[in-house]
Amino acid sequence: MADANEHPSDLLYNRDHEWARVDATVATVGITSFAQKQLGEIVFVELPSVGDRVSASDAVATVESVKAVSEVFAPLSGEVVEINEAIAESPELVNEDSYGDGWMFKLKLSDQGELGDLLDSEAYAGLVAEEG
Amino acid sequence: MTSPTLKRTALFEGHRGAGATLVGFGGWEMPVQYRDGIRAEHVAVRTAVGIFDVSHMGEVEVAGPEAEAFLQRVYTNDVAKMAIGSAQYTLMCNEDGGVLDDLFSYRLAPDRFLTVTNAANHDADVAWLQANSGGFDVDVTDAHDAYAMLAVQGPVAREIVQAIADGPLPARMTAHRGIVVGREALICGTGYTGEDGVELLVDPRDALALWDEIVRRGAVPAGLAARDTLRLEACFHLYGNDLSSERGPIEAGLGWACKEDTGFIGSDAVRAARQVGPAEKLVPFKLTGPGIARQGHAVVGGGVVTSGTHSPCLGIGIGMAYLPAERAGVGQHFEIDVRGTLRPAIVASKPLYQRDKETHG
Repeated sequence: MADANEHPSDLLYNRDHEWARVDATVATVGITSFAQKQLGEIVFVELPSVGDRVSASDAVATVESVKAVSEVFAPLSGEVVEINEAIAESPELVNEDSYGDGWMFKLKLSDQGELGDLLDSEAYAGLVAEEG
Repeated sequence: MTSPTLKRTALFEGHRGAGATLVGFGGWEMPVQYRDGIRAEHVAVRTAVGIFDVSHMGEVEVAGPEAEAFLQRVYTNDVAKMAIGSAQYTLMCNEDGGVLDDLFSYRLAPDRFLTVTNAANHDADVAWLQANSGGFDVDVTDAHDAYAMLAVQGPVAREIVQAIADGPLPARMTAHRGIVVGREALICGTGYTGEDGVELLVDPRDALALWDEIVRRGAVPAGLAARDTLRLEACFHLYGNDLSSERGPIEAGLGWACKEDTGFIGSDAVRAARQVGPAEKLVPFKLTGPGIARQGHAVVGGGVVTSGTHSPCLGIGIGMAYLPAERAGVGQHFEIDVRGTLRPAIVASKPLYQRDKETHG
């Protein structure tokens, strides 16, 4: 399983433990290694649909472990342009490779200004240290 | 954070040492899983052997010249049928026929019985038994503090425990005293996983020694989460989910554990329910598509999910639900409202998972 203390420096984070990898106008989104560790083994993921328009902090996906259901919130506003079909078949990818193969969906961003509201990896590490 | 008022079993330090995630359950601080996760524990029980600390469950001793007559009055099953050394699954009902608890009862001697209760109901069960024992020459003793309980379950379970026991192990649904790792134990051929195995009732001071030796010989520590996924695959009821005082045995599918002619408390109501037939029936189900149904999710057209999870062995959502009786036949399709999305499901037969059963239908 991915290291719960891993916070790649090329990503942005929010307080709900989602990450975003921004490439021009498109952000790839997933949940952090800290989040997957808290959830335990993920057995089911429900993703948004391509074409959905979402606002930052909307609940757009769910991840389920044996015991619990957790909502995943959009860290940024935009339109869902791609979803990761692989995790429907293999939800454990979210545990094993939270920042890589366990990505959830991609957003075409509608407001680049929102990027300033997210945390960098150092700030996120501080948040995790407080919560963990 | 766990509450300091939660009770701890004799094995608590062992759980902490094994990297257990601890949770409050029925007033006890219990391991929900260990380091390697729920799936690994579940699969270990299905393919090899797992060990559970079930010391949170309660024990009640009922002894005296009229012990059988007394239990016949409070237990729904036919206590007179219990040979010495037999184990019996039974319910306890209130006067309205609502289920107060589901229990395992062991006959240790003609006039001495030991009953294992659900942790959350233990104190109420003891109070109920004591309150109803008035007219009988019998002693009811709360024996919770006298016992720790370990469950060793899986295809290899008996082999492991036999190797450390002086004398043959009891057959299924029987129990006898024996020596395990040099300690006295009540060895019971019972379990809650759908696999073969034994449950061991021991002095709490001996529990850790037994636990350590059985783990050393290969048993995988398994927690409450795996206990739930295993029992749900086997379609065993869980009080608080599938059973409650609001429901009776007939609608819960436990009419087989009730013998109204023994005149137990609630037998009139149970007899009437059996004759009329219940409006809703508890049935096992599988989801035929994606998703996981959970306790409380509504069934479209009437009914409710009482237990639900993801089945590690089947790879799909499974559970139990009350459905209107006319829609509760095996093979009937229905839909469950899972947080606003309708998930298709099908009524299945028991058990949901069986080693030799192919995963179809």
